[in-house]
Amino acid sequence: MSGSTTVTTRPAPRRERSADAGGRRPRWTPGRIVLLVIALLLTAAWLLPLAWAVATSLKPEGDTTRTPLSWIGSRVTFDAYTKVWESGDLMVWLMNSAYISVMTTLLTVVTCAMAAYGFTRTDFRGRRLLYGLVLAGIMVPPQVLIAPLFREMVQLGLVDTYWGVILPQVAVPAMVFILVKFFEGVPRELEEAAFCDGAGRWRVFWTIVIPLSRPVLAAVAIFTFISTWNNFLWPFLVTTDPGGMTLPVGLVNVQSSFGVRYAQIMASLVIAGMPLLIVFAFFQRQIVRGIAHTGLAGQ
Amino acid sequence: MTSTTAAAPAPVAKPAESAGGRPSRAVHRKWTEHGLVFIAPFLLVYAGFLIWPLISGLHMSLTSENITGTGGEFVGLDNYAEAVRDPEVWSSLWNTVWFTVLSTVPLVVVGLVLALLAHQLRVVQWLWRLSWFAPFLLPSGVVCLLFLNMILPSDFGLADQLLAAVGLTPEIGWLTDERYAMLSIVATTVWWTVGFNFLLYLAALQAIPAHLYEAAELDGAGAGKRLLHITLPMLSRTTGLVVVLQVLASLKIFDQVYIMTGGGPDDSTRPILQYVYQQGFTGYRIGYASAVSYIFFALILTVSLVQPLLSRRRAEEAAK
Repeated sequence: MSGSTTVTTRPAPRRERSADAGGRRPRWTPGRIVLLVIALLLTAAWLLPLAWAVATSLKPEGDTTRTPLSWIGSRVTFDAYTKVWESGDLMVWLMNSAYISVMTTLLTVVTCAMAAYGFTRTDFRGRRLLYGLVLAGIMVPPQVLIAPLFREMVQLGLVDTYWGVILPQVAVPAMVFILVKFFEGVPRELEEAAFCDGAGRWRVFWTIVIPLSRPVLAAVAIFTFISTWNNFLWPFLVTTDPGGMTLPVGLVNVQSSFGVRYAQIMASLVIAGMPLLIVFAFFQRQIVRGIAHTGLAGQ
Repeated sequence: MTSTTAAAPAPVAKPAESAGGRPSRAVHRKWTEHGLVFIAPFLLVYAGFLIWPLISGLHMSLTSENITGTGGEFVGLDNYAEAVRDPEVWSSLWNTVWFTVLSTVPLVVVGLVLALLAHQLRVVQWLWRLSWFAPFLLPSGVVCLLFLNMILPSDFGLADQLLAAVGLTPEIGWLTDERYAMLSIVATTVWWTVGFNFLLYLAALQAIPAHLYEAAELDGAGAGKRLLHITLPMLSRTTGLVVVLQVLASLKIFDQVYIMTGGGPDDSTRPILQYVYQQGFTGYRIGYASAVSYIFFALILTVSLVQPLLSRRRAEEAAK
């Protein structure tokens, strides 16, 4: 899935208005009203499960399985939330997830940006061969490596550690590919001026290339953060101690111990789902652009 | 021209190197001049956690190793021979492919329809994004536990209650009946991840030049004609891409099945990755698990290699 992938969106990150036929507001023809109704129905269908989770979390435990359909229980209560919060686990998992996602994102952005710079702006023996090796890695889905990776983690003593979760998620060849494509478009003249002033490669990289690439770096960072935060399989395999689990793994792990306390399950899901939804509310534009940028080069 | 290290005559650099203990500034600068320095950190992690497991996994698949690291005799292709004869490999491989077939079509088509709606309406974009894309930002654990506990249970689950509200009481075991379990997992997956394809399509739609539509409008083409003769052809590249990305993503299914059905009922939803997990991590046969994952890898590789071939052929046809 390399090669042809990045074409569609790159030229036009912010042209929401251009298709608007000269900026005039379209009229509400009957056709458009029908479309609007369809869109609203689909929106309702998509929001319904979320609304049901929130509604259930606010019911007293005894009302959660009551039929027929009722959105509000006999009373509205935050009991489930206080109970879940008091048990403490959720907070630990939130912190683990935050630490692991932030570290993975930082390391991914720095190592991939450095590598991409090395591949686009320097020349040495074997550079093309190495780049070919990195591109070939795009074809390897991490999921097929779980058995050997796990054994490696056992040998390195990294099972149940943060590094055991982080390291296999850091070297993402697709991200190098995206950054190489971007760096190729950065004009060399800016760097050459700095070289003339006596700056070394290292300085040029940090003070000129990195600041110029902020949008694409943000895209890579956002995409890495989302996929690390939501990753399940690898953290699930490499953590056995509940104290070291990430949020998704911890939730699934204790699901059985909740028994049939549905209000509490829903309350913990609402809490667990919140962080990225809040982030999305603030960074909609960047996230959308980030997906368009990086999604196209594979996951 | 005061600090031209590269042009400095060799005799100047030489004593600095032979001084051994304290490298001069010139030598120090050279150190970061080498491109490999920039690539090294990535390469280290890449070699350690992608290349190495790739090679050691291949080796493991030729041994009888178990997870504790003992019993690693070389058995040649025995594991592969066993895997090919193992009906559970075939059934879980089939479940994986079946899930991929069932999920790709709605995930691509619904994604396209949602994008067309949002693009056409040009109002409250935030609302469409929030409702259709936001679920993608939820961890699989959250989505699956929600559907498992509140949407799909018979009787009190939202699905059954909505059906009851319109007068139907179908008594369907959404996740416990072999006929519906896979479909329920597909439906959950569509709800959860269609937003990603929706965004890719939306971005592609916004990149179509407006003058094409203006010209068509002048020629008297109606909305249907414009959709058929401009929009869809202009989206064909994106569609090819979305389909391949979706197939590759769907083939890797694990989370939803593991959390919602555990592979049941009667292994009817168990995907290949879960079989690898069962063999390697709960059955302790990590050598055999590796062999099975390499068979799966071959499948994924085939799919990713077919796409460039297809798009090249299409490009050649277009050039004729």
